[in-house]
Amino acid sequence: MILLIRIQEKVDDNISKEMELKGYQRKDGRKGIRNVILVAYLVECAHHVASEIARPFRDDHVQVIGFGGCYPNTYAAKVMKQLCTHPNVGGVLLVSLGCESFNRRKLAEAIDESGRPVKTLVIQNSGGTSKTIASGQEWIQQTVMSLKKTKQVKLSVEDLIIGTICGGSDATSGIAANPSVGLAFDKFVENNSTVIFEETGEMIGCFEDIINRAETPLLAEELQKALNKAARYYTVMGYGSFAPGNADGGLTTIEEKSLGAYAKSGSAMISGLIKPGDLPNKPGLFLMDIVPDGEPRFGFPNINDNVEITELIASGCHIILFTTGRGSVVGSAISPVIKICGNPDTYKRMSDDMDINAGKVISSNATLEEVSQEIYSKVLQTASGIPTASERLGHQESVITYKTFEPIGPNCLVG
Amino acid sequence: MENSNQFIKLSDNDNVFVLTKNVDVGDTLTYNGENYRVTTPITLGHKIAARAIAKGEKIIKFNMSIGSATQDIMAGEHVHLHNMKSDFIDTHTRES
Repeated sequence: MILLIRIQEKVDDNISKEMELKGYQRKDGRKGIRNVILVAYLVECAHHVASEIARPFRDDHVQVIGFGGCYPNTYAAKVMKQLCTHPNVGGVLLVSLGCESFNRRKLAEAIDESGRPVKTLVIQNSGGTSKTIASGQEWIQQTVMSLKKTKQVKLSVEDLIIGTICGGSDATSGIAANPSVGLAFDKFVENNSTVIFEETGEMIGCFEDIINRAETPLLAEELQKALNKAARYYTVMGYGSFAPGNADGGLTTIEEKSLGAYAKSGSAMISGLIKPGDLPNKPGLFLMDIVPDGEPRFGFPNINDNVEITELIASGCHIILFTTGRGSVVGSAISPVIKICGNPDTYKRMSDDMDINAGKVISSNATLEEVSQEIYSKVLQTASGIPTASERLGHQESVITYKTFEPIGPNCLVG
Repeated sequence: MENSNQFIKLSDNDNVFVLTKNVDVGDTLTYNGENYRVTTPITLGHKIAARAIAKGEKIIKFNMSIGSATQDIMAGEHVHLHNMKSDFIDTHTRES
């Protein structure tokens, strides 16, 4: 039975040896695989101006991110800071309307301290829409030129942080795409990369197995607490993390979807529990707790897949492995998204949007091991600069919402 | 393990199969030498009962419980929202 195989053989080092990877050296010591310039709006009122500034520079890796809210939120400020100082980012233009509460000075200081060029434009002080667009474009023009000189250094698999999520899931996700990612995750852990899985709201029914994989008993307790919190939160919301399309695709219950989603984590020990924006402290497998702390407020933990992708990137992910069955098309700003399709019919219909056809496990005799090898190679190719399907198509979704988090406890990270 | 090109059983203890092909009314699914006539069109990824399942019994897939039967289910029958439910949080549909 091919589906339950867990092959633990050491990964073929040939792939990584063949491919000399180069990364962008940042002054804070981190290494990136892309050299993006961000235009970040600090309230929805500045979104249009930010988009117009970036528009002529679509092919120069200039991308728009932002936070829409006018009210302050510690989580949003942290995620924004982590995105603006992400290793794939080379410089940042902040666009503020002027009256919103986002602490633009503090953000600009953090970016400056990280050694990246940063400029803040306040629309109300810059003469309105047209004038702000003009000065923004002038700064971008100069920064595009200066970033061409970014120092490139050798990058190894150990430098990579890789995240995974699933979206538009159907029953094939759990059979083909997710177990393949799980096997690929095992290979990355063996090769000292850092990998992150999340979706604690989609682990209902898998608690015991997760807890047994904790590196220490104290971490196991923390994992249990995080999973209980997620189960309670979704119960209060009244809906599990389950969309009608999941049922169309053959998934009947949240625990069935969870089993499939959980397969993405592979079989390595869990080395730590982080929250969005926390950076893993060592190589290995980490679980990201995405469910807010305290009484449920601000609505659903993650309103869509891109919030999850954004959070993974805020925790340092260079690359995201996104599994789908129904056929999601999204990508992301900052870090490339590799889309792995488990449904052979969907793959046929939407192959332009997909990077990996994991559905061949179902439609032909391919094994999960073969698909996981393909995923591993695709990650290295992507790290070497080859664009993914969503990058080619210009996708650069990014969403930051309101959430409340307490800092992680001392037992969440193991020394 | 009794697989075919029509479906897979993900684990020995499972009481459901997963379809790997779309099937239509009139098609025949063969398992353990018995033929089951398909009475509704079912798309790949959906579940079929591998044996008779009594009301209240757990539905086992991947060797783990994914919910409970809300009515008696015959071998070969489509297993989905109409005859099983979550033991944790109810599943919502576009209509509900």
